[in-house]
Amino acid sequence: MSTGDVVLAVQDLRVHFPVGSGLLGSRALVKAVDGVSFEVRRGSTFGIVGESGSGKSSTALAIMRLAEITSGSVRLGDTDIGALQGEALRRERHRFQMVFQDPYASLNPRTRVGDAILDALHLMQVGPVAERPERARYLFTQMGLKAEQMQLYPHQFSGGQRQRIVLARALAGQPELVVCDEPVSALDVAIQAQMLNLMLRLQREFGLTYLFISHDLGVVRHMCHEVAVMYLGRIVERAGRDTLFAKPLHPYTLALWSAAPTFDPQARGRSQRIRLQGDPPSPIDVPTGCRFAGRCPFAQADCRSQDPVMREVASGHFVACHRVADDGTPSYRSSLG
Amino acid sequence: MTQPQSLLSVQDLSVEFKTRQGTARVLDGIHFDIRRGQTLALVGESGCGKSVTALALMRLIAEPPGRVAAGRLLFEGRDLLRLSEADMRQVRGNRISMIFQEPMTSLNPAYSVGNQIAEAVQLHQGGDWRAAMQRAVQMLEAVGIPAPQRRAHEYPHQFSGGMRQRVMIAMALACKPDLLIADEPTTALDVTVQAQIFDLIADMREQTGTAVLLITHDMGAVAEMADRVAVMYAGHIVENGDVQEILQSPLHPYTRGLIACAPGARTVQPGEYLVEIPGTVPSLLERGAGCLFAQRCSQAMAQCHAARPPLTQLGAGRSVMCWLHASQPEATA
Repeated sequence: MSTGDVVLAVQDLRVHFPVGSGLLGSRALVKAVDGVSFEVRRGSTFGIVGESGSGKSSTALAIMRLAEITSGSVRLGDTDIGALQGEALRRERHRFQMVFQDPYASLNPRTRVGDAILDALHLMQVGPVAERPERARYLFTQMGLKAEQMQLYPHQFSGGQRQRIVLARALAGQPELVVCDEPVSALDVAIQAQMLNLMLRLQREFGLTYLFISHDLGVVRHMCHEVAVMYLGRIVERAGRDTLFAKPLHPYTLALWSAAPTFDPQARGRSQRIRLQGDPPSPIDVPTGCRFAGRCPFAQADCRSQDPVMREVASGHFVACHRVADDGTPSYRSSLG
Repeated sequence: MTQPQSLLSVQDLSVEFKTRQGTARVLDGIHFDIRRGQTLALVGESGCGKSVTALALMRLIAEPPGRVAAGRLLFEGRDLLRLSEADMRQVRGNRISMIFQEPMTSLNPAYSVGNQIAEAVQLHQGGDWRAAMQRAVQMLEAVGIPAPQRRAHEYPHQFSGGMRQRVMIAMALACKPDLLIADEPTTALDVTVQAQIFDLIADMREQTGTAVLLITHDMGAVAEMADRVAVMYAGHIVENGDVQEILQSPLHPYTRGLIACAPGARTVQPGEYLVEIPGTVPSLLERGAGCLFAQRCSQAMAQCHAARPPLTQLGAGRSVMCWLHASQPEATA
């Protein structure tokens, strides 16, 4: 998917949150996102995977301008959306929309779902006023829902149906980018497949561009053309899906992949599994050197002292690891024996 | 059907709940056996009765509105349903213990974790508090909590999600139960932590010989953990068998759908449409005469809508409730 033009360009994004009361003048800083860069191409799905606290949701919120950007730039097409303020920001909002994990929390319980979509059309002034009800109906039925159901309230729908309604509303302004933060994590397996298929179909029909955030490797592998792996506020590796899943280079990516269930009881991964010890360090106390060094089975002295830079080791394959050579040859395989 | 070496034999268990709209039969005559040291996975979507099964085993169904309408729960040959509440308390948390999906809601925020483990130990095994605390520290160490001596005095909020689930496992296993019921133990956890918890349960099972009833909707977890699998749908066990057989040659269309719709199973290429199970689990109140899966089943025949399929035994430990596999495809009288 390298053919599409760049829709979203994120450059050295940082999102830092102050924490603590600051009564004693010592306010700590949570570096939730700490220097993240990537590009998303039109009509493709860009995935961000990582564990809780890796900064993937903060990245999404910053792009949506729902979390304050500390530094760095976020460009949507030719617009620097990171710099927009007030009314200008509101006018551009229809171009980038978001779907959250919990569809129930994203819908007003007192608003009929049809009106929720119609309100979005009015707010974003999509088309002539007279045509908006028809447009709402079109969006609603595109999601596989019946037009009669537009009169109902959110509690009258199942979780999967609610997530469809949220998606319909997100698409109301014909956004150039749809940011999806764990869109299927709250859904049951069978319903999850229905939602993923709907997202795939809409992408094919309308050329949608998704930024897809998930902790579920199976879902990310299925949905995304390009994938970035985040760890403690940084992207540690980024590549096309096939490359990244077939030939992961960063030890953290390897560990993540090896932790995923195999679906084959004969190949239970216990023996080959790279066991990570402990939890990720706190984003308040970011270690010097490589952030993963403390849990990395292959770490050496330089890993603990020098922060590795992101390098392109093969076309479109980026990795930040001292143990990977410039040509993409890892030096740690020998130590696996 | 009852094998003598079964630790637990669930026979014809039915559970009903009274609702304003009528009585809902949440479990309808389910059967399964667990042997010592074995892991049985109970799989299915939300609302199919997995967790109610676990609660029924622990005799924790709130009554009213719930009621065990029929069945026997033979635990080492004794029917748990006939035990007095006092006798049941000796079983619960001692011989059979349970861990839940959300460890934070299962731990008391006002007591240190060591205190909570020691309380269970002292309650079931007597002895003095010092010995019970010692056992708590030992268990925390066994489940891989660093600096267990110090951490035993810390409170649940000082632990991460994965660490809390370890604490729950430590507590559940402190009395060396014969059966551990794990209800979606890793659903709220990250993949690497999930892998740690799976390894931990497997290690503990090897060390202690505890049998495990794993409740999950995740076929990946099944593949990682289970020896045997029982697939539940709308209060019935629709397929039962060895993990390898179930995953490699599922017979019931629902089992096939559950495996195929998971992106992780990679039954289709990335980016292609996943196999869908259309619709949702039927309401417990609107159950017709036919197979409960018929409306969502791509292979449903006229017979499927007319009569409930029998549970067909197919060799050792393999059974399926589906007209496609019924040995005598005659309609039931």
